[in-house]
Amino acid sequence: MSPRETAPYHPALHRYALVTAGCTFLLLLAGALVTSTGSSLAVPDWPLSFGKFFPEMKGGVLFEHGHRMVAGTVAILMLGLAITTQVMEQRAWVKKLAWVAMGAIVLQAVLGGATVLLHLPTQISVAHAGLAQIFFCLIVSLTLVTSQGWIEAGPNSLADRPSSLRFWATLTTAVTYLQILVGAVTRHSGSGLAIPDWPLSFGQLLPPEWSASIALQFSHTRIGAFIVLYLITHTAYRVCLHYPEVDALRLPAAAAGLLVWLQCFLGLIVIATSKDVVPTSLHVIVGAATLASLMVLTLNSHHLFKKGPVS
Amino acid sequence: MDSRKLTAFLLAASLMAFTGCGSKDEDEGFGQGGGGGNNTVAATTALGTASITGTVTLSGKAPAAPVIAMDADPVCKSQHATSPKDELVTADAKGNLANVFVYVKDGAGSTAAPATPVTLLQKGCMYSPHVFGIQVGQPLEIVNGDPTLHNIHCMAVTNDAFNVGQPSQNMATEKKFSKPEVLVKFKCDVHSWMHCCAGVVTNPFFSVTGADGAYKISQLPKGTYTLVAVHEKYGESQPQTVTLADGASQAVNFTFAAQ
Repeated sequence: MSPRETAPYHPALHRYALVTAGCTFLLLLAGALVTSTGSSLAVPDWPLSFGKFFPEMKGGVLFEHGHRMVAGTVAILMLGLAITTQVMEQRAWVKKLAWVAMGAIVLQAVLGGATVLLHLPTQISVAHAGLAQIFFCLIVSLTLVTSQGWIEAGPNSLADRPSSLRFWATLTTAVTYLQILVGAVTRHSGSGLAIPDWPLSFGQLLPPEWSASIALQFSHTRIGAFIVLYLITHTAYRVCLHYPEVDALRLPAAAAGLLVWLQCFLGLIVIATSKDVVPTSLHVIVGAATLASLMVLTLNSHHLFKKGPVS
Repeated sequence: MDSRKLTAFLLAASLMAFTGCGSKDEDEGFGQGGGGGNNTVAATTALGTASITGTVTLSGKAPAAPVIAMDADPVCKSQHATSPKDELVTADAKGNLANVFVYVKDGAGSTAAPATPVTLLQKGCMYSPHVFGIQVGQPLEIVNGDPTLHNIHCMAVTNDAFNVGQPSQNMATEKKFSKPEVLVKFKCDVHSWMHCCAGVVTNPFFSVTGADGAYKISQLPKGTYTLVAVHEKYGESQPQTVTLADGASQAVNFTFAAQ
């Protein structure tokens, strides 16, 4: 992220990145529905589906093959975005970012195929879920750094202000991603309902017995949820207190602050409804939206507090 | 998971991605394929003339069998005049419990697997039979009798699990189990209501209860045997011991508590 680079704003490139980010969000929803409806193995082969490019879309096939179709669309969009960025963009690191995202979606497709052909091993299913969040963050980052606001703001915008926000935003983003990974392990190991009640555990403050599933679910729904809720609230409060006039910080902080409460509420609904399809799928994508908001906050805080020559 | 298997898969997947190869037959690599076979169990037990008969009943009120909504696939729905019911717990008014796998758990040894296949039919988007027995090494022929696609997802634990697709009517897939396992569960992920299970054993001394809850195990040689009944929902019964003379027939009944 060299400050010496000049970066003209390309509205078409930014809008293309925005559309790709929107489609990626839909892809996350499609993927969440596959697991939530128990359709992960409805199509037993890969990369074809029942030996065809387009099988009958019925039952679980609708969700699994639909996910593959949306994924294929996003992969094509991503390839176009990487090429467009390579051609139009002048900042070398942005070009690299686009190709890293391209590599991520190729790896994501291979992991998706692996998890089908190997019958949903937890490690690969979790890797698929974790890389999905990383890919979404990469696309959101590309959308952000190609925006007019990012390019016009440049370094030194807030260089004379206290910059501890960079630390808190980065820490909160990292911990939130960790919490999402623990959630993915909980989900894909079938531990989502290991503790059937909340906030108590089997009617007690702590579970009377411990197993790997119970420990996972307890970590995600109690310890992790509390830590993330605290960190996001704390970070959002710092932004509102110290930088209320800076939209680039205030908006993503406010979004994350609202989304994390919605996410906790959805988590409770997931348990109360014994993993009903709708709240469970929403829990996945609201988690992704929360992480993306924090990613934007983190990138903006590093960008605005950076000291150096104006680009 | 075996890291070498994963590495091999990743290499193969990368190759396929570039060559556009289909994977129609890949399930053979993850299922039993030609594994198992008749030679995995030594033939040590000769057939006899004794038999065990009995009835399996359910004490207490049987849970109502839920009606299956087949709206997700009109082809399935069109094959039933009235909506079928889930077969997980099938009991009559007297409490006679169907679809219970009864087998000699101990004392019978093993016999050579027959070459005649056991057929598992998918018809009307239901499995028939819902519970069946099969010997280690005996062929299992899985047939799609429906004009719609199915996948057969075998969730074996001791044996290798497999997941194969049958996109068209009359397709047949043959599999074998290499180890005893009671019960092996099967499901179709396309049609979420489809499920069945199999008892995989090393001899022919097993039976599945009919609609009247009755079963019969024949051709047992004289000896002392431990018998159990296994139900898909209620699990394994308490074992019962029975001693048989040549040509004798003895009754052994089982009761499960309704939940």
